[in-house]
Amino acid sequence: MARQLSRRRFMVYSLAASTLTVAAPLACDSSSAAGAEPGRRPPGFLVRGTDEEMLVLEVTLANRVVVRLPRVEVGQGVTTAVAMMIAEELDARLVDVDIPLADARAKGNQYTGGSNSVSSLYGPARELAATARAKLVTAAARRWNLPARTLRTRDTRVIAPDGRTATFGSLTASAARIQRPAVSTKPKPPSRHRVIGKPTTRIDARDIVTGKAKYAGDLAVAGAKPTVVARPPTLGGKLVSVDSRAARAMPGVHAVVKVASGVAVVAESFHHAFKARDALRITWAPGPLVSLSDAAIRSRLRAAVPRLGNPPRGSAQTEGEFEFAFVSHAPMEVLTAVADVRADRAEIWFSSQTPMDARDSIASAVGLRASKVKVHVMRGGGSFGRRLNHDAAIEAALISKAARRPVKLMWSRADDIRHGRMRPASHHRIRASHARGRVVAFTHTMASVSESYEGQGLSAQGSAQGPAPVSARGGVTPAAARAAGPLPSDSGLYNFGRVSGDYGSVELAIPLGAWRSVDSGTTRTAEEIVVDEVARALGKDPVAFRRTTLRNKAVKAVLDKVAAAGDWGRSMPDGHAQGVAVHEEYGSCVACLVEIDTTDRKNPRVTKVVMAADVGTAVNPRGLEAQLMGTAVDGISTVLQAGLHIDRGAVRESSYADFHYARQRHAPLRFEAHIMPSGGEPGGAGELGVPAAAGAVANAYARATGSKPRRFPLDF
Amino acid sequence: MPLLWVLRDMLNVTGPKYGCGVGVCRACTSHLDGGEIQPCVVPVADCANREVTTIEGLADSDELHPVQQAWIDRDVAQCGFCQPGQIMAAAALLKRTAHPTDADIDRIENVCRCGTYSRIREAIKKAAAAGDT
Repeated sequence: MARQLSRRRFMVYSLAASTLTVAAPLACDSSSAAGAEPGRRPPGFLVRGTDEEMLVLEVTLANRVVVRLPRVEVGQGVTTAVAMMIAEELDARLVDVDIPLADARAKGNQYTGGSNSVSSLYGPARELAATARAKLVTAAARRWNLPARTLRTRDTRVIAPDGRTATFGSLTASAARIQRPAVSTKPKPPSRHRVIGKPTTRIDARDIVTGKAKYAGDLAVAGAKPTVVARPPTLGGKLVSVDSRAARAMPGVHAVVKVASGVAVVAESFHHAFKARDALRITWAPGPLVSLSDAAIRSRLRAAVPRLGNPPRGSAQTEGEFEFAFVSHAPMEVLTAVADVRADRAEIWFSSQTPMDARDSIASAVGLRASKVKVHVMRGGGSFGRRLNHDAAIEAALISKAARRPVKLMWSRADDIRHGRMRPASHHRIRASHARGRVVAFTHTMASVSESYEGQGLSAQGSAQGPAPVSARGGVTPAAARAAGPLPSDSGLYNFGRVSGDYGSVELAIPLGAWRSVDSGTTRTAEEIVVDEVARALGKDPVAFRRTTLRNKAVKAVLDKVAAAGDWGRSMPDGHAQGVAVHEEYGSCVACLVEIDTTDRKNPRVTKVVMAADVGTAVNPRGLEAQLMGTAVDGISTVLQAGLHIDRGAVRESSYADFHYARQRHAPLRFEAHIMPSGGEPGGAGELGVPAAAGAVANAYARATGSKPRRFPLDF
Repeated sequence: MPLLWVLRDMLNVTGPKYGCGVGVCRACTSHLDGGEIQPCVVPVADCANREVTTIEGLADSDELHPVQQAWIDRDVAQCGFCQPGQIMAAAALLKRTAHPTDADIDRIENVCRCGTYSRIREAIKKAAAAGDT
């Protein structure tokens, strides 16, 4: 958003190795990464051994460029974005760059979340590759006895003016010994970018479409047999007794063990495991919420919302109360973990956004030192925040320990939907006070369910950050800080005079988790609905009203973009309407315009979505478009049709048959994304679109039906 | 025993994915004698003397099936987990209907939790067009 590219440099080190291996430190976020204090030591300073806090780049003898990424790929495209940064600065072919996921480390920043992967890696990855390139060029200059400045790099090779070429792989051994590169180690200016900013297909696209991409459940770890867990019907229910004789006698059953969450069956195949699970005779004690259902949760939430103060004298009020149901993350790949726990060591394979925390939690759960626990990070089949928590990995480790054998644990889809985690239900009270055609005060108070850990076993342990919610910014906010923290509306998106807000919460023993866009998915959606209602009360058009009240030029620009591209205001038949909403977060902003057809009131269809985003430098516009597309479908799903009910302490839904996440027939027939060419530091993008899409869908629905949507999803 | 577990746990054919086990999410979608099936709900006994094709068998060695190529051209996949099933469903649709309409495409029930539906729609149309040349 017209942010200047900062001139800070990232310290780059050479690691002592026989091939060129350089490393850049990764701090906890991009701003503190500058703390490496370049200048004190020259770039290329040699350090011995590998420092696992760093992002490490190696050029192999086989001419591969390998960067072990301390992040997880769950579909957001981070491996492709990082490969592009590396290819750009090295002048390597993208196909020569490998981005394997790093095992869990002992220290450093290995957190994937808060939409901060690209922004935290953009500086270090480019500095790293630029330094490596300088050393490769210097090595070639020495080999050919030519001035280094006369050499070019292209397609993973160094090229001499006379046409001679040398692959990076052929130079890597000599480049490893270069202390002082003879050419600049600075990353390119953006004007020379050929890879960054170019729409690029995912580096793993071919593996995916041929079925070769491997997820945790696809691993063939020696002896790790399929394992499932019989879980209680209610949330937090407890095992009273189990008769496992019939199950143990079934063919293909290797072990039956009790765990905190239920009874685990290890068998020859998942078919055998499920059959034996169903043959267990179990008596369960109901969980702590057995007397609680949705209606009671909603009324407790309503009662927990702090009061709105008195409105300014002489103002008129536009008010609304909004309710959001619990929502499952429901990634396509159910939680899966392969665990091999021995007396003196353990090895676990699973997809984790927080592998360092996972390693510590697993170690303490099985009684080993963390240094004896190896966690291999696998690509994940979706996450949406679900893999911040490592419940399944701890469970797999405990089962492996109890059964004294390696296991491949898989949650069933019903396990996933019935036992969480989920986005907390919330209740919002919002009031816009207006006078003489202007909003003079805006107040938003809310309450959401927060997770209590009493009487909970594994669920609590599997929480990445204990009870603290992960903030939208990617850091971890203690519950207390969150309660006092600013609401998203405090960011000053609109000129709404005095902006205020407050939080309340209802503690329940329900496994919760940060869900893509975290609190903004509900709070900002509700606010965008109120913005439309204020505009209506003032007799103004929703786009025109936003234009005159938005503070930030970049937000106005994305709004203008969707209004123009989406032909805002075009005449539409009865029951059809357009809706818009905007959102600003993660150093980025977005607008969304949707068209909806509500002529079949029970089955509204979003027919078209136009989004525009300003994320600073869009490293991969094609990947960014994909992220926006996903958030559009999240908006459609959470506003119109997908949520969870709680009936007497249990989740009513159990599969995609009743958790109605959008299918093709609910997705827009036309989708467009416009990427603003603003340059500068990259902002976050993965979660950005959710509130704008959800707000636009709700506003379109309201305009098409003449209703005021208040409880989401609307079909509940 | 459902075909899915024979494929995955006994034959180590892991392209077809488990997503629900009840034929709803369709992440395991494969072909039986060229027609679409969900191996999680098809008993292996029903497959005797019949041809099962999974995502691994869709390409003609290195030559991708037009649907797979269209999927790469449109960069459909995000997490990729549902995509073997999506591709097999699309290939089966194109076999039945060379030029599917939006309404035909809307009848595909496969869940994509990343929300890649718009690109799936475009890729199917692209593959249909490629089939003409």
